[in-house]
This record gives sequence, C-alpha cells and structure tokens, in this order.
Amino acid sequence: MRNFLPVFTVLMALVALWYAAAVWLNADWAYDRAQRAGTTLTFSELVADTWAQDKPKLPAPHQVAAEIWNTTVEKKITSKRSLIFHSWVTMSATLLGFVLGTVLGIGLAIGIVYNRVMDMSVMPWVIASQTIPILAIAPMIIVVLNAVGISGLLPKAIISMYLSFFPVVVGMVKGLRSPDQMQLDQMRTWNASGAQTFWRLRLPSSMPYLFTSMKIAMAASLVGAIVGELPTGAVAGLGARLLAGSYYGQTIQIWSALIMAAALAAALVALIGLAQRITLKRMGMA
Amino acid sequence: MTTDIAISAKGLNLTFQTNDGPVHALKDVNLDICKGDFVSFIGPSGCGKTTFLRCMADLEHPTGGSITVNGVSAADARAARAYGYVFQAAGLYPWRTIGRNVSLPLEIMGYDKADIAQRVQRVLELVELSGFEKKFPWQLSGGMQQRASIARALAFDADILLMDEPFGALDEIVRDHLNQQLLQLWARTNKTIAFVTHSIPEAVYLSTRIVVMSPRPGRITDIIESPLPRERPLDIRDTPEFLEIAHRVREGLRAGHAYDD
Repeated sequence: MRNFLPVFTVLMALVALWYAAAVWLNADWAYDRAQRAGTTLTFSELVADTWAQDKPKLPAPHQVAAEIWNTTVEKKITSKRSLIFHSWVTMSATLLGFVLGTVLGIGLAIGIVYNRVMDMSVMPWVIASQTIPILAIAPMIIVVLNAVGISGLLPKAIISMYLSFFPVVVGMVKGLRSPDQMQLDQMRTWNASGAQTFWRLRLPSSMPYLFTSMKIAMAASLVGAIVGELPTGAVAGLGARLLAGSYYGQTIQIWSALIMAAALAAALVALIGLAQRITLKRMGMA
Repeated sequence: MTTDIAISAKGLNLTFQTNDGPVHALKDVNLDICKGDFVSFIGPSGCGKTTFLRCMADLEHPTGGSITVNGVSAADARAARAYGYVFQAAGLYPWRTIGRNVSLPLEIMGYDKADIAQRVQRVLELVELSGFEKKFPWQLSGGMQQRASIARALAFDADILLMDEPFGALDEIVRDHLNQQLLQLWARTNKTIAFVTHSIPEAVYLSTRIVVMSPRPGRITDIIESPLPRERPLDIRDTPEFLEIAHRVREGLRAGHAYDD
C-alpha cells in the first residue's frame, strides 16, 4: 500500500474540485429560485442549496453516492431500478463480446502471421473497421440482427466484439512475430514442425503482448456494450440508465450509472491484470 | 575412405541478390571435414564463415556446387537431426527453466519422458551445470547460459556440432574457461566440431585445422593443419609452436585483406 497516500490525496483533491464545481454550476438555478421566492441567499444557504438540488447540472458527490447506495444495497437485485441488475446486463454483454473479440483477434493474428495473402489483405480492413464511428454502425447492427430474429445479449456482444478484437489483432500480430530470426533458425535446426514452432515458441513469446491487448480490449468492450444499449430502446443495462437519465434530466442517475460503469471497467481490467501476473509468474517472466 | 568424411563442400557458391547488386558470400569453396576433427573458421566480417556454417546446417541454400553432411544433402541431414547448432546468443527461452530449455529439442523430436529426464541430467553434467535445472535463464551468468545452450545442442546426440561464435559475447576470462571445457568435452564425446570465430588465439587453441577465409568474394585462402597435441593445457598458448601457427593465421588474414585496398 505504498501508493495509498498519493492516490488518496489526488482523490480528495478531485472530490474538493467536484464540490466547488457543483456550487459554481448549480448557483444559477439556486439564485433563480430565490429571486422568484423573493428571498436572498447567504453564501452558506447558496452552498447548501447547490449541493441538494433534485435535478442539478452537476450533482454533488454525496448525492451520487447516496443514489448508488439506494440503487444497489437498498434495492433487490431483480428490481428494474437496481444498478446491480443493470451492471450485470452490461457486464454479461461486455464479457461475451470480449471473449468473442479476443478469439476473433487471435484467429486473425494467426492468419496474418502465417498466411501471406492474409498478411497483405486483412490488416488494412482491420484498421478501416475502426475508423467507422461505432455510434453510426451500432444501430444498424441492432436493426439488421433484429430483422433476422437475433435480439437481446448477442447484438450488444457483437458491437463489443467489433471494438475489442482490434487491439488483440494488433498486439498478437506483434507478439507472434516477436521471436527473432535466431530463435526461428534454432527451431529449423531441430527440424521442428510449424505447429511445434507455434505452440512452443511463438505463442509463449506473445503472452505479454496478449495481456496488454486484452486490457485495452476489455475497456473497449464495455464501451461497445454501453453503446449497444442505447439504440435498443433503453430497456436494461448501464447504457439504458444513461439514456433514460438524459431523457428525463435525471443527472444524478446519469452520474451514478457513469461511476458504476467506470468501477466495472476498473474491476474487469484489474482482473486481467491479475491473470497476467499469475500467468507470467508461472512462466518465470515476471 | 569417404566414410570418414563428416562434411564435404565441393565448388560451393552462394550469391545473395541485394539492391546494390549481387553479393558473393561464398565463391568456389572446397573443404572436407573429417569425423572427429575440430575445424575453426576465421576471417574478417563478410568473409562468409557464418554463411558457410549456415550452409552446412541447411539454413542457407547454396546457389552452386554441392555440400554433403554425413554423406547426404544438408537438407536430409537437418531432417535426420545430424547436427547440433550453437548460436552466438544462448537463445534460451525465458519462460522455461534450464532443464526444460535443454529438453526442448528432445520434446520436439519426440523422445519419451524418462529418456528426456536422463539425457538432460547427462548433458548438464557434461557442461558442469548439474543442480541448475530448476533455475530460470535470468538467474544464470552469460557464460552459464551459453553452456546451457551447448548442453541443449548436445542433448540429442548429434555427432556434429556447429558453433557460430558461441563465446563472442563473453569476456576473456570466461571465454578461456569455456574453451578449456569445450576441448575436454570434445575429447570425451569425440564429436566433429565446426567452429566460427574471429579470435586468432581461440582458433589456434581449439582446432586441429584452421580455415582462414577472406571477403569479397567470400573464399578460403588458407587451411592450416595444427601440429599441436590433442591434449592442450591453457599455457600451451605461450609455446613457440602455438605462436608460429598464430603467426601463420595472421599472415593469412593479412594476405586476404590485401585485395581490399
């Protein structure tokens, strides 16, 4: 816990900044209301008001914390208003999309490394796929898949996959190519087969690259799942909470969903970091 | 007496096509290496000594002439795992322990488990690394890593050992020690060794024959038979015989360079 103090200090500074910004941004509404009521506000009344509005421009941290508490601990998990329920919906799409994206990414990378035709042709398309704004393509994926009778988890997972396969392809192509010429020559002197070279040299060499890519892919996958929830008509998921919140001006709800999404991303990425540490340690590389 | 010849090159040519035109890496190279010989290849960089070694290993393909290893083509010899190759860098896999690094070629060649374990023990003993099989490469010094890589090349009992400047990256003291060990190992195993180096003392100390090469085009300029006995203590390097051979090697290298100016 050597870095606890610096992290804690920065966190406290951010919270202080947040409270100050809440006063500044919500002051107009507080003055407005006071004027209509024909009263004037002292500074302490102003601060108290800006930190306790129903639909503030920027809710204060404790308001968000209270909302998160209410919608997680106080609600049953099965409730439509439970943030845990919505997080679960988003997380399941994220994880499925992440797995699909990682498998697709590794598959494409193997193809690119081993097949000259794929090496020449696939990479430009992979890069082009990421220049298309996901917000533009997400509704089309949802609509098209819905038309062929696929709805629910899978369309969202496919959008997640679309975002998450990219870092895996790029990382794994580099990783599978990381053995140097000498190591490949060495395999040749033993008359090793292509499969032996892959399993014993290329794949183990690529492990550090794979985990780094998977961390980025996981974060991208969560973004994909949230974006995928927006055009589904805001039924369930953190994306749905964000959308519903913005329809009805429920800024506190938006912020609590945002923070939940950030916490979810941090937890998932940390999980990969843990798997990375364990794997590389067992391989003697960390 | 063709059965006594381990490696035979006849009129070997190798031309690389580069953007600056063709480069003659090897030109009309003829050489027979007898079984049990210790042959060193010495010359300035670009003389084709490593390329020649790589031709023996079927890592390069000659554009002319022929090369046989154990009486068959280099490709067949590689398929038959006729040689162990030691590179300049140890090239141990960081994710494998020393023992598992040495067993790597054995796994690839499909030896059974008990045989692998027994062979790993034996070759690690041969390079004086017994007790280190559970260590990871980064826990060993550079000299020990190179010894492990020699053990790995010995593990599958190929009777030819091809070594490409194996001690080039090590300091002089470690190098002396490893040279001595290599000679003992050669005496005990009776292998045929082809050894690339750019150190004159190393070539003279180790070899029964020294092949002097020169660049542009890469070719053999002199082949020196060493009169030194097979038993060689380190201080043999101070004897007049040793210095005389070293002198001849130096002369050969200088003659090869004269074409450059």
